[in-house]
Amino acid sequence: MLIVTTVMSMILVNNYVLAQFLGICPFLGVSKKLDSAVGMGVAVIFVMVLATIATWPIMKLLNSFEIGYLQTVVFILVIAALVQLIEMMMKKYIPSLHKALGVYLPLITTNCAVLGVCISNIDAGYGYVLSIFNAAGAGIGFLLAMVLFAGVRGKLENEDGVPYAFRGVPLTLITAAMLSLGFMGFSGLFQ
Amino acid sequence: MLTPILIVVAMGFVAAAILTIASKVFFVPVDETFALLRAELPGANCGACGYAGCDDYANALTEDHSLSCSKCPVGGAEVADKLAAVLGVESGSADKQVAMVMCNGTKEAAKTIMEYDGIKTCAAAKQFFGGLSACPYGCIGLGDCEAACDFDAIHICDGVAVVNRDNCVGCGVCAKTCPNAVIKIQSAKNLVVVQCKSEAKGAVTRKACSNGCIGCKKCEKACKFDAITVENNVARIDPEKCKNCGLCAKECPTGAINNMRVKKAPAKPAAPKAEAAKEA
Repeated sequence: MLIVTTVMSMILVNNYVLAQFLGICPFLGVSKKLDSAVGMGVAVIFVMVLATIATWPIMKLLNSFEIGYLQTVVFILVIAALVQLIEMMMKKYIPSLHKALGVYLPLITTNCAVLGVCISNIDAGYGYVLSIFNAAGAGIGFLLAMVLFAGVRGKLENEDGVPYAFRGVPLTLITAAMLSLGFMGFSGLFQ
Repeated sequence: MLTPILIVVAMGFVAAAILTIASKVFFVPVDETFALLRAELPGANCGACGYAGCDDYANALTEDHSLSCSKCPVGGAEVADKLAAVLGVESGSADKQVAMVMCNGTKEAAKTIMEYDGIKTCAAAKQFFGGLSACPYGCIGLGDCEAACDFDAIHICDGVAVVNRDNCVGCGVCAKTCPNAVIKIQSAKNLVVVQCKSEAKGAVTRKACSNGCIGCKKCEKACKFDAITVENNVARIDPEKCKNCGLCAKECPTGAINNMRVKKAPAKPAAPKAEAAKEA
């Protein structure tokens, strides 16, 4: 039950993009087309889960040496190496997915949502299994935000009725704000 | 003090070792032709071929050998031949394309309607009544194209943009930049051009600029190859039919038609003119 509420709360209430404002860069950058948004979202779920699997034991290691303050540096190092490794594997075994994700996969290295989920798992004091589910929930929440936003943007791009001054970036930012406001309605749904 | 340093260094080494092993284990052979093709392309990444940069074009060529080798206007025929040699196919005829400024409204020819003192770009000047010139169709002359050109091929001489045909690669960036769409990309073989695109009535054009096309149709009658038509008060030369004879340029009462085989217009820099004449 705890796992279900944690995952649902990460998707709806504490959505990384729309409630915690992490990972805004790909949220605005890759949400022009629905298929690339889905690709990016899936890649983020994948990397978030793997990064949590890798960083949680490392945090234990750091704590055992009482150098927990090196958390940020070490996590960035681990995530960067991990993304590189995934990219190589993907290029070898799933070239079609590698091509579809293209430049976005290396970009995830510097995605603050990935680092954020690793650190918040530690800060919240979650166990190993719960941390992994929490990361999956965060990733699914990211995917949900990306898909919703890409859908809205797709509609807006085709509209001629948009005032000239609002076309492009301004409208995108306003849309993002409204989507975020909408997600405010979920607050209090799960503890 | 030493432990954290050692641990982070150790982790770095472990990550490096894993990545090195992974790069060997998951090695994907890169298509050799891609590397060869990419080496031949000029690397300007201007996107004039229709692909997102030189890498993308080389990639597309690697995947589809039937694709035309002559899409790179920067490299021209030389690069097309090299690419074709790599792929072992016939190169299509790469027609050198150059930018053409369809305006000859020099400072003394074109009248101005204001003392423009605003931001020194054509795009900004166009906001005010269509630019400082009395002719709303012509070159504004503040050099947006000059700023946009990556090849030092277009300059403002005497208040009007002039293309250096030696440097121009026909990428079309200037044509896209020009707020009045005065610049056209066409084959370098066409040496006789109408340097005016004013669609205003003859009398109006004449008032605004002494070099403008007034739509008198003298050139249309003079042309033996049926290559000139006057539409919307401005002459248009069909590049397919034109033989560069220059009869129209002689007939033109205002000098709107420029024959680049003859050295005459002082606004044109001398060097490219001589070159153009040689080519002809």
